[in-house]
Amino acid sequence: MNSELRRALSRGIAGSEERGQSSSPRTKDTFWRTLDEQAEDPAFQEHLYNEFPSEIEAITDPVARRSFLKLMGASIALAGVTACTKQPAEKIIPYVKQPEELIPGKPLFYATAMTLGGVATGLLVESHEGRPTKIEGNPLHPGSLGATDVFAQAAVLGLYDPDRAQTLTNVGDIRPWAAFIGAMRAALTAQQPLKGAGLRILTESVSSPTLAAQIRDVLARYPSAKWHQWDPASRDNARSGSQLAFGGEFIDTQYRFDQADVIVSLDADFLSGGPGALAYARQFAARRNPQDAERMNRLYALESMPSSTGAKADHRLALKPSQIEGAARAIMAALSGSAGADSGLGPAEGKWITALAKDLSAHRGRSLVIAGDQQPPAVHMLAHAINHDLGNEGKTVVYTQTVEAEPTNQVESLRALVADMTAGKVDVLLILGGNPVYTAPVDLAFSAALDKVQLRAHLSLYSDETSQRCQWQIPEAHFLESWSDTRAFDGTVSIVQPLIAPLYDGKSIHEVMATLGDRPERSAYEIVRDHWKIGKDDSAWRRWLHDGVMPNTAFAAKTVRFQPNLQPTTPRLEPGIEVSFRNDPSVLDGRFANNGWLQELPKPITRLTWDNAVLVSPATATRLQSRERPATTGGEHGNVISDVVDLKYRGRTVRGTMFTVAGHPDDCATVHLGYGRTRGGHLANGAGFNASSIRTSDALGFGGGAEIALTGQKASLACVQYHHLMEGRGMVRAVTREEYVKDPKSIREGDETPPKIITLYPDMPYEGYKWGMAIDINSCIGCNACVVGCQAENNIPVVGKDQVMRGREMHWLRIDTYYRGAVDNPETFFQPVPCMQCENAPCEVVCPVGATSHSQEGLNDMVYNRCVGTRYCSDNCPYKVRRFNFLLYQDWDTPSLKLGRNPDVTVRSRGVMEKCTYCVQRINAAKIDSEKGNRAVKDGEIKTACEQACPADAIVFGNLNDPSSRVSKLKAEVRNYELLGELNTRPRTTYLGVVRNVNPELGE
Amino acid sequence: MAEPTSSQSQVIAPGHTFGTVTDQISAIVLTRKTSMGWYAGFSVALFFTLVLLVSLTNLVITGIGIWGNNIPVGWAFDITNFVWWIGIGHAGTLISAVLLLLKQSWRTSINRFAEAMTLFAVACAGIFPLFHTGRPWLAYWLFPYPNTMNIWRQFRSPLIWDVFAVSTYGTVSALFWFVGLIPDLATLRDRSQSKVGRFIYGLLAMGWRGSAHHWHQYETAYLLLAGLATPLVVSVHTVVSFDFAVSILPGWHTTIFPPYFVAGAIYSGFAMVMTLAIPIRAIYKLEDFITMRHLQNMAKVMLVTGLIVAYGYLTEAFIAWYSADKYEGFVPLNRLTGPYAVAYWSLILCNIIIPQLLWLKKVRLNVPLLFLISLIVNVGMWLERFVIIVTSLHRDFLPSSWGMYSPTIWDWSTFTGTIGLFLTLLFLFVRFLPMISIAEMRAMLPEAKVNE
Repeated sequence: MNSELRRALSRGIAGSEERGQSSSPRTKDTFWRTLDEQAEDPAFQEHLYNEFPSEIEAITDPVARRSFLKLMGASIALAGVTACTKQPAEKIIPYVKQPEELIPGKPLFYATAMTLGGVATGLLVESHEGRPTKIEGNPLHPGSLGATDVFAQAAVLGLYDPDRAQTLTNVGDIRPWAAFIGAMRAALTAQQPLKGAGLRILTESVSSPTLAAQIRDVLARYPSAKWHQWDPASRDNARSGSQLAFGGEFIDTQYRFDQADVIVSLDADFLSGGPGALAYARQFAARRNPQDAERMNRLYALESMPSSTGAKADHRLALKPSQIEGAARAIMAALSGSAGADSGLGPAEGKWITALAKDLSAHRGRSLVIAGDQQPPAVHMLAHAINHDLGNEGKTVVYTQTVEAEPTNQVESLRALVADMTAGKVDVLLILGGNPVYTAPVDLAFSAALDKVQLRAHLSLYSDETSQRCQWQIPEAHFLESWSDTRAFDGTVSIVQPLIAPLYDGKSIHEVMATLGDRPERSAYEIVRDHWKIGKDDSAWRRWLHDGVMPNTAFAAKTVRFQPNLQPTTPRLEPGIEVSFRNDPSVLDGRFANNGWLQELPKPITRLTWDNAVLVSPATATRLQSRERPATTGGEHGNVISDVVDLKYRGRTVRGTMFTVAGHPDDCATVHLGYGRTRGGHLANGAGFNASSIRTSDALGFGGGAEIALTGQKASLACVQYHHLMEGRGMVRAVTREEYVKDPKSIREGDETPPKIITLYPDMPYEGYKWGMAIDINSCIGCNACVVGCQAENNIPVVGKDQVMRGREMHWLRIDTYYRGAVDNPETFFQPVPCMQCENAPCEVVCPVGATSHSQEGLNDMVYNRCVGTRYCSDNCPYKVRRFNFLLYQDWDTPSLKLGRNPDVTVRSRGVMEKCTYCVQRINAAKIDSEKGNRAVKDGEIKTACEQACPADAIVFGNLNDPSSRVSKLKAEVRNYELLGELNTRPRTTYLGVVRNVNPELGE
Repeated sequence: MAEPTSSQSQVIAPGHTFGTVTDQISAIVLTRKTSMGWYAGFSVALFFTLVLLVSLTNLVITGIGIWGNNIPVGWAFDITNFVWWIGIGHAGTLISAVLLLLKQSWRTSINRFAEAMTLFAVACAGIFPLFHTGRPWLAYWLFPYPNTMNIWRQFRSPLIWDVFAVSTYGTVSALFWFVGLIPDLATLRDRSQSKVGRFIYGLLAMGWRGSAHHWHQYETAYLLLAGLATPLVVSVHTVVSFDFAVSILPGWHTTIFPPYFVAGAIYSGFAMVMTLAIPIRAIYKLEDFITMRHLQNMAKVMLVTGLIVAYGYLTEAFIAWYSADKYEGFVPLNRLTGPYAVAYWSLILCNIIIPQLLWLKKVRLNVPLLFLISLIVNVGMWLERFVIIVTSLHRDFLPSSWGMYSPTIWDWSTFTGTIGLFLTLLFLFVRFLPMISIAEMRAMLPEAKVNE
């Protein structure tokens, strides 16, 4: 409070005190001479201390109310006065010792790695003055190759999430770290005589060598203690499948898509999730180039829920999840020439499988069969068997030891833990990461059992459902805040190095484990270094940190003994609707549920945001008499009103909103996990429904006998694209390989590009650089990494479900999804649409204030501070890529979010238009760099955020004036076409058409 | 007037003298007691003006997001209302300027309030382009003012043309109206009993004494302004239609728009004059001055302009088919069968089918029916603008971006608020200014005809 205000307040108080003595010891006769004397009055001091008297009291007491109003009046009047005063001088102190290499304004990049499901993706993190702002893939890392997935892109927002757990608490009270160490000491002392019989450690899948060593060390010390693992994104089926196939041994499978001509996916979405997905997507896409038509691979997908992999497949067969096993057996039988058992499939499917088997056997040693993680172990074993039969081992399929330090059947591990807890055998339970109260299969009744444990501690990023049931809640250090190590899908070790000191006193898992050992105060840095035996000479260590990988740590191929048990018994599923449980493509098992970027990210295929849904086929929805429709608000692009249904499954019911998906098999429903959180943070709570609440431990992937009942209620889903038909407008050009080989021009059939002479304006010369982009939609797998990458790079706000329903999401880059063909199994195409940067831009001519104007290099520059917001440019944009700040979408207040913004990009406010800039900040940074070196910008030197994130190399940016640039070469390809080129907008962003490698036997 | 003619063909009832005309018209303002009806109507209108005030305040504080606009429908109620109001204004200018130049003397009794209506409609219209911007406090950037940064406007944008067209229109209309008022203001000054009235009317009368010199100057100025205003009748709505015609959006990018918009504007303007004239003439007993001939003539103008508008619809649809352009072709289909088909069919009903009743003389002589038809045309013309703007935007080129628009409560409150503002101004007008030109009405009397 400044002195004027203080004086004014004392005056206000003085006035009231003179009239009403009830609250003051002074009497009417007491006079005071100076303000200071008045200020010594204890009552006034108290007033001053409180700044304002308690409002409630003040309002009930008539005299005090008057003084309260006076106070308010004075404050308001003086607030106006103070606004006019000069800002106080607040001196900024420069670095006393400037950190090495840190130049304010110039970002630095550090290598680290993100672990998900026990598998690492190598990253390069951009840091501005010590604040990580943007994550890119590490090109040296085998699990990244420079690309990232949506989770890595969104991790920065996770770091700065204001809802993160911030303090160490014991039953809600804030405690120092030493208190926790003390509590652990005491508990361990009690366990000492029992050899740790009451000690349990529950982790997620562990691939960190250091952590595994730490845990093993503790187990050695307390031999009766147990280590359990539970990861809801668990690959139990794959693990058990390898045990079935290889005589009980846990084996990891790596694929060589670059060697595979024919690929069969048995409900495996290998392009968008699972170990090595980024590398696989790159290898897969590289073999799809029709210019090298002979080398084009062919993908068959047998799947239930339409996925990115199914969309890229040349042939897709929609099957219920339980039918996959039969189909796999049919393939096996067709390969061996035997009739095989009844697969339970129809004649059309039979024909399909025969053709597939023929194709497979024509490509022995050059084919690949992959089973999906949701499929039971038997299907994994069958995939191994087929690969074995086809002689793919060592060629397209490589077996190695497991990435996980201690592979185990996790659901059995969790079951054993619950049994021990229920039996009261567990005294101390450390839950290190994960959220088992929310994710554990419902029949295990984990949380009830948990209450029987005396000492429960939970390490997590959020104070979540599990934290609520534990006495100790330890705030976890984000991976960008902590030291660790981890392994990629091929075993390569990376050191995880922090980019920033923990924002909120977070502890890493290593530090928590250390509390069980001799030296509980050891830092994670020391622990990791000690594990790798780094001495005084740490040049190797520094090299590992710099590169982000430890050389020569990838696993060697392992010779396996194939001993399949080809007659496994799977229980036949009951009739009724099958329910398939999947990790959500955006929030996974719920761990990213409080991440606004991921919540608002339109999920591939369904294009839903902010919700999960009971996904069924249109035919099933019709049978259930559901009438889903776009609403008048937002509508086809925004709000979809659908039926709320009760999904009854094995005696449990969950209520969710139904949504139809073309290409989904009939009589089964897919539900995504990760929603319906109750203690997940502001964004997570209340979104969607909790599918885990009906998921049982015996059928984690899928199960039959479910029922869907309409409740008669309706609910709104925020869907950014409800209309998936091309309406004959040729947004996506697609031909078969045969057609393309015969006449490559066939892909551009119906193209009409107006001649250049039909404009009155002279041509722009575009000397120097002429930026352009080519997007190969034949490669695009629709994984959304570019969308989140763009959001992170360009400070794009999150608008929330309500605004998405009104059709106002802000993504500069969207992935349009179009269907072609039958509704029960359509062909699906992905088309990323950023700003086209038209040479004849319709937006530019209509802006009355010239806020969007053409640059010398051909960009449609957006001048935010010139924009008055008429929205005319958006009305006139045929691509509708412009986004308007209808409300104040950007969070200007939360301090932690300010740290994560890209300082090179303007943070837009309300009332202005914005759109893709081709990452103009990156263009300018590269130009400045090149000018310093007195040279031209090299091809590939500028990577837009979307291009950099793309695992499939589908987006290429560069200089069109340089005929040798990659983008020029792509644009010279015959497949290159302009979206809505007939409008004569002359877009700089062009697309390369799709060529499907269709099996002639099956036709299109 | 020697022989009695039927009341339909007269522009002023028989039996009036200079004195009675002046008395009857000025009495409304000066002597007659303000009726309870006026107070009631004025309060309702004022209430809606306050609704407008609240809506615009919220708009400025919260943002355009309180409306239903979205991407792809960047313009919706805002521009619909703008075009509608501007269109309504057109009748006033047409009646006062064009009909004056064409010596259509029947216009005299309706021109004053038609002009007032123009002015108020332009005021209402002007609200929307200003407040529909994302940052209305910077909307002045659209004006070509000297700027220290030397930033100039983008003259290729039709919105800049709009700024000129509408501001010119507003200025000329105001001048025209005011110049026409001067002799009557002098009359009021002379007849007013109150000091305040004498002072204010005297101030506004600008020293008018009615000398031959004054009359000469006045006639010249009035004629010149009429000449200035005449091209505006055509130009304003032509420029407004350019907002759409110049864009590349199917359904907007149409060469028929300028004449079709002008015809539509006159159509809706006459409908609004009718909507206002019929109750006013009944309430203030002005049947002698606004006779059946006026109503008939206005009905005929509506019929003609309505047919031009209908021709416009047909041409649009025909060209969409004839162009063989898939995007153009989709627009009429979407209007006829898409989610906004109800709006489209309603507008066809309101603007084309129902007004055909005006072919019948019986209908043209039936005052309540005329009133009803004029209301229907007003609604129809609003729907027309809504259909043009929203149905073109909501499904444009890429189906992935297709979306729907639905108005929020704030869209409605802003719209009804402008109607409230319009009526408020109109109530004030009929209470404080002569709603029929006394001077010109006197000139209509047989006594004024000087036989030479």
